Amino acid sequence: MRDVAALLQRQSFVELPARARCQHLLDDAGQRELLGPFERLTSPWLPKQNIVTQSDDGVVIMRGTLGDTKVVVAAVEPAFQGGSMGEVGGAKIAGALTCALADVKAGDPVVPILLLETGGVRLQEANCGLAAIAEIHDMIVALREHGPVIGVITGPVGCFGGMSIAAGLCSALLVTREARLGLNGPQVIEQEAGVDEFDSRDRPMIWSLLGGEQRVATGLAEDLVDDDVAAIRDLLAERVTAAPKTLARTTDIARFEALLETVDPAEQATAETTRAMFDQTTGAA
Amino acid sequence: MQTLSLDYPAGTPAARRALAGVVGSGDLEVLLEPGESGRTTVAIATSVDGVDDIWKAVIDRIFSEDGLPALKVEINDFGATPAVVRLRIAQAMEQTNPEASHA
Repeated sequence: MRDVAALLQRQSFVELPARARCQHLLDDAGQRELLGPFERLTSPWLPKQNIVTQSDDGVVIMRGTLGDTKVVVAAVEPAFQGGSMGEVGGAKIAGALTCALADVKAGDPVVPILLLETGGVRLQEANCGLAAIAEIHDMIVALREHGPVIGVITGPVGCFGGMSIAAGLCSALLVTREARLGLNGPQVIEQEAGVDEFDSRDRPMIWSLLGGEQRVATGLAEDLVDDDVAAIRDLLAERVTAAPKTLARTTDIARFEALLETVDPAEQATAETTRAMFDQTTGAA
Repeated sequence: MQTLSLDYPAGTPAARRALAGVVGSGDLEVLLEPGESGRTTVAIATSVDGVDDIWKAVIDRIFSEDGLPALKVEINDFGATPAVVRLRIAQAMEQTNPEASHA
């Protein structure tokens, strides 16, 4: 049985807004926000569509240390516009990663940590958001040549769309049981493929296929962690100093091509069959 | 979306700026900055149209109090109820107090 007192005392990460998430992960001394809310870098597109903006465009960038390691944390605010990536918020993350790359190249290593709670591109900003997401992908690939780039998905939103590709590109990915990761969200799959294929109201089925536990079981994420600020912080402190465990997933194309060969689209996928498929063809634990 | 501007007499400028809340469903973001001496201005952008009277009543009640510092207030609202509005403003005002610890 789990220790009830410890359960009651622990602080939820999922319930924290983006700024508090950054503040809790970084060491207290020397943490500072870049392009904070009072800079008022807001979306130029939302007011034109009669939508209220947020003063940081739903993205918080904070630099500081985690133990002995310099880090930059980029957090998407889950509550603002479904954690969507707009032009400004996307550019803030891309810019933070560009600065990190410049520092790394100048011999001053800084490890990026991305807190990805996002439904993907903000539809109201369309191509401007997509361009920013592409820049983020580019920077992650460049940065992981030099050291770890760590993605964290805790929920409640999950990580979908173009930003799920960003999560896939990270050299290490931490997830909770509440987290979900997928290129398309459940409602999009149902709309495109029909309710027989994917019932977006069937929550146990959704989490069994897209949830954090399944993603770790199939090797698409590295670590399963409890929704606990201290546990997430401790695990991240280890990961920022560790060399990546495996070859970055996205460079291992042959392995995943072999996996795709074995998929029979006529058969309904379940958590068990998917795990078996990954075990056989990719040797995922 | 609707915008509203309100104005109140006030004391000396607040000691520092503060932020509370996010623009999420049923919530709002409050940004407080030191205002021009003797005057507090409140700029509101809300996703809910047609409730100007309620906003004016809620904000009047908070900033009509004597002895408050001068503030430049910006509110970005996403359908918060009056109780949540009061709570977020109080939360931000507490942080502008120099004796309060940094939250």
